[in-house]
Amino acid sequence: MSEFMDIITASNLTYNQKLLHLAQAAENCEHPIPTTPEFDYFFERDAICDMHEGNAPYRPRYNCCDMEKFARQGSEFLRLDTPDNLDDLIMNLEILYQNVPSVTSRPVYVGQLDRVFDPFIADLDDDEVLVRFKRFLNYIDRTVASGYCHANLGPDDTRAGRLLLQADAAVQNAVPNFTLKYDPERTSDDFARLALATSMACANPAYANHRLLKDTFAVPEAGYDNGYTVVSCYNVLPVRGGAYCLDRVKLSQLADLATSTEQFLNELVPQATAALLEYMNARVKFLVEDSNFFQTSFLVREGLIERDRFVGMFGVIGMHECVEKLLGAGHRYGSDDEANDLADEIMTRITAQVNDFPAVYSEAGHDRFLMHAQAGFGDQLASTPGVRIRVGEEPEVFFDHIRHSARMHRFFTAGVSDIFPVEPTAAHNVDALLDVVKGAFAVDDKYLSFYPSDSDLVRITGFLVKRSEMEKYARGEAVLADTSHDGEGNWRANHLGDRKVRLG
Amino acid sequence: MALTAPVNKIIPFSLVDGPGSRTSVFLQGCNIACAYCHNPETQRLCVGCGTCVEQCPAHALSVVDGVIVWDEQACVGCDTCISVCPHRASPKVRVLTPAQVADVVVGYQPFIRGITVSGGECMLHPDWLRELFSLCRAHGLGTLIDSNGTVPFWDKPELMEVADGVMLDVKAWDCATFERLTGAPNDTVLRNLAYLSDSDKIEELRIVVVPGWNDPQDTIRGIAATIGSAARDTQLKLIKFRPFGVKGELARAASPADEEMAALAACARREGFERVEIR
Repeated sequence: MSEFMDIITASNLTYNQKLLHLAQAAENCEHPIPTTPEFDYFFERDAICDMHEGNAPYRPRYNCCDMEKFARQGSEFLRLDTPDNLDDLIMNLEILYQNVPSVTSRPVYVGQLDRVFDPFIADLDDDEVLVRFKRFLNYIDRTVASGYCHANLGPDDTRAGRLLLQADAAVQNAVPNFTLKYDPERTSDDFARLALATSMACANPAYANHRLLKDTFAVPEAGYDNGYTVVSCYNVLPVRGGAYCLDRVKLSQLADLATSTEQFLNELVPQATAALLEYMNARVKFLVEDSNFFQTSFLVREGLIERDRFVGMFGVIGMHECVEKLLGAGHRYGSDDEANDLADEIMTRITAQVNDFPAVYSEAGHDRFLMHAQAGFGDQLASTPGVRIRVGEEPEVFFDHIRHSARMHRFFTAGVSDIFPVEPTAAHNVDALLDVVKGAFAVDDKYLSFYPSDSDLVRITGFLVKRSEMEKYARGEAVLADTSHDGEGNWRANHLGDRKVRLG
Repeated sequence: MALTAPVNKIIPFSLVDGPGSRTSVFLQGCNIACAYCHNPETQRLCVGCGTCVEQCPAHALSVVDGVIVWDEQACVGCDTCISVCPHRASPKVRVLTPAQVADVVVGYQPFIRGITVSGGECMLHPDWLRELFSLCRAHGLGTLIDSNGTVPFWDKPELMEVADGVMLDVKAWDCATFERLTGAPNDTVLRNLAYLSDSDKIEELRIVVVPGWNDPQDTIRGIAATIGSAARDTQLKLIKFRPFGVKGELARAASPADEEMAALAACARREGFERVEIR
C-alpha cells in the first residue's frame, strides 16, 4: 500500500489525525528547498534533522499571537467585535485558536492568559469565573488536543492567574501546558506556592526564569515587559512573532562519524553546523518569499504577529550520547568533569558559529538564528533530549543536577529545560519546592518543571500526556491527542518512567 | 582536641524535617529505645563485634585495631550490615567535626533554607550542635533541633541562642506509658516542653499514634494544658505508626485507622490547636 493508503486505512488514528497526516504526506511530495551535498551527507546519516517539519513550509512552525492585543481589538477578518465581557472574550479566543496555524496545524500558544483575562473578570465572583475557565480549558484540551500547546502566566500575582491555576488543577488536562514566569522580585511567595501546589496536583505549571529571559527580545511599545513567550516544548520566542522553523544537529549521531575528539570538534561540528545553517536560510527564504503566508495571513494584517519578530531555531540534541561516544565508557556526562568540560567546549564552538552566521529575515534575533536545546519527540532511540543527562545517569544529589543544568543552559536563548519527577509528599511542603526554584534560578538555571512521580499526567520531552492515554494507544486504540502517539514511543524508548525521583 | 560527633548520614534535601528545603543530619546513638523506632540502627554505637564484616557482600567493611572501618567507595548501599547488626548500630558512621559537617551543608546553598539535626538523639552532643549551628548561621542558614526531649534544653542557653527552634516528639503524657514505649521516664520531656514554649522555640510537636501503646488524646490534652494559648500557633503533627524499619515487638503491628487519626485531629482542634497535620 502507498503511504497515503496506509494513513487512510489506519485503525489507530482519528479522522482529524488522518487529515493532518495526509496533508503532510501531500506536502512532502514537493521538494522546493534546495539542499547542499554537505547537508545531504549529514542528513542521510541522521546527524542533522529537519524535525519532519514538511518539505514545503506554508506556515511558520510556531506563531505566538499577541492575545492581549487581540483581546483589545477583536478581529476584522473573523468579524469579531472588541469583547466587553468575559464570555465574549472567551468566544473570540476560541474562534481565533481555530485559525492559528503551526507545524501541528493547531496553536502552540494560546496566550499569556492571566494578562488576557484579568481586565475582564472584575465584576464576576470567583465561582462565576472558575466555571468559565474550566469550560475554556476543556475546550482547548478537546479541540487543540496537542500537548505542544502552551499558555503563560506571571510573573505578577493576579486574580486571573490564581483562578486559572485553580481551574487547571480541577480539570486535570494535558493541554495546554502552562509556564509560570517566575521572578523573586515580582512573584509573591504566596502565588508561587499556589503554582507549586498546582504542579503537584496536575504537573502544571512549569517555571521559567523571568529575570534571565525577560530581556531576550526587545519589545517596541510601552506596556509590555514580557517580550518573550514560552510555547510548545519550552521554546522561548518573541511575543507577536514566533519561529519559522526548528532544525537540529543530532550530536549523538554526529559522534558516530568521528575518528577522534579533535576531528569531531575541528571538522565534523563546523561542517554539520554550516550545512544546517545554510539549509535553515533556504527554508526561511521559501517560507517568507514564496509561500505567501506573511503576505496573506490576517494574523499579520491585524498585527497579531509581525514578520520581523520571527526567528529560526538552531537545535541540538543528544549531548549525553555524544560525549559518551567520544570519551568512551567510564566518563559519565553529568557527574564527570572531563565529560562536562567537553560538552561545554562543543556548545561553545557551535554557539560561536551560529552567532557568526548571517540569518535571513531574523531581525528579532539580530540577524542570527537562536540556539534551542531540542528535547525530541516520538520514539527516538539513543538521543537524550538537548543537553540533558540521560535517565538513569542523573547525579545522586539533586543540587548537582541543577548546577549542571545551569551550566549548560547558558548557551540557549530560544529554550532549554529540565524535567524532575518529585516525591508525591512534596505536596505537603511546597516551600521546599519553592526553595529549589529560587536556588535553581539564583544559579542561572533557565527553566525547570516538576510532576509528582505517581501522577497520571507526565511530561515526555516537555509536553504533557496522560499515562492512561498512552496505554490506550499502545493497545492499538485511537486517542484524541496525537501527542499521546509521540509520548508513548518516547516514554518506552527512553525509560522515562525511570527518571530519578527527586526530593526523596 | 576538636569536638566530634558520630554522623549516621547527611540527607542533602529533606521534605519532612521542618519548613522548606533543608539538609538533615542524623547523629548516631540514642539515650532511649522507642518500640516504634523506624531507624533502630541509629540507636547505639558500634561495639566492633565484626558480625557485619563477614556478611558484607561488597567487602566494604574491615576490622582495624578492633574498630570497624567502612570503605565508602566500595559500599553498594545494600544495608546488609544494618540488618545483621545484633546491637542496633551501623558501621557506616563517620566521626565528624562541626566544621566538616558545615562544609557539606554550605555546599548545598542556595537550594536549602536551613539544617535540621536529628538522631539518634542529637542533644547528646550539645556543644557540637552549638558550634555547627553557629557556623551555619554565619552562612545565613536556619537551624533546627529534632529531639526526643529527654535531655534538658533549659540549662543550655548558648545552644538555644543559635537554634531557631526544636521539633519535639512528645510520644506520651503518662510517665508509665512513656516508659513502656521508650524504656525511660518523661519528666524531662515535660519540663522541656514548658521551657521551649515559654521561650518560643517550638517549631513542631509530634505524637506518633501507636494503637494499644499510647494514649494520644491524653497527650494532646497534656500539651494543651502546658502551653496554653500558644497551642493556636503551634504546629502539631499526628503521625500514623508505620511498621517500616521497625524491629522487635512492634515490627508487625498494625497502623491506626484513618478514622482514629481524624478523631484525634478533631480532639486537637478542640484543645486549641489550629495547625494540625496528619501524616
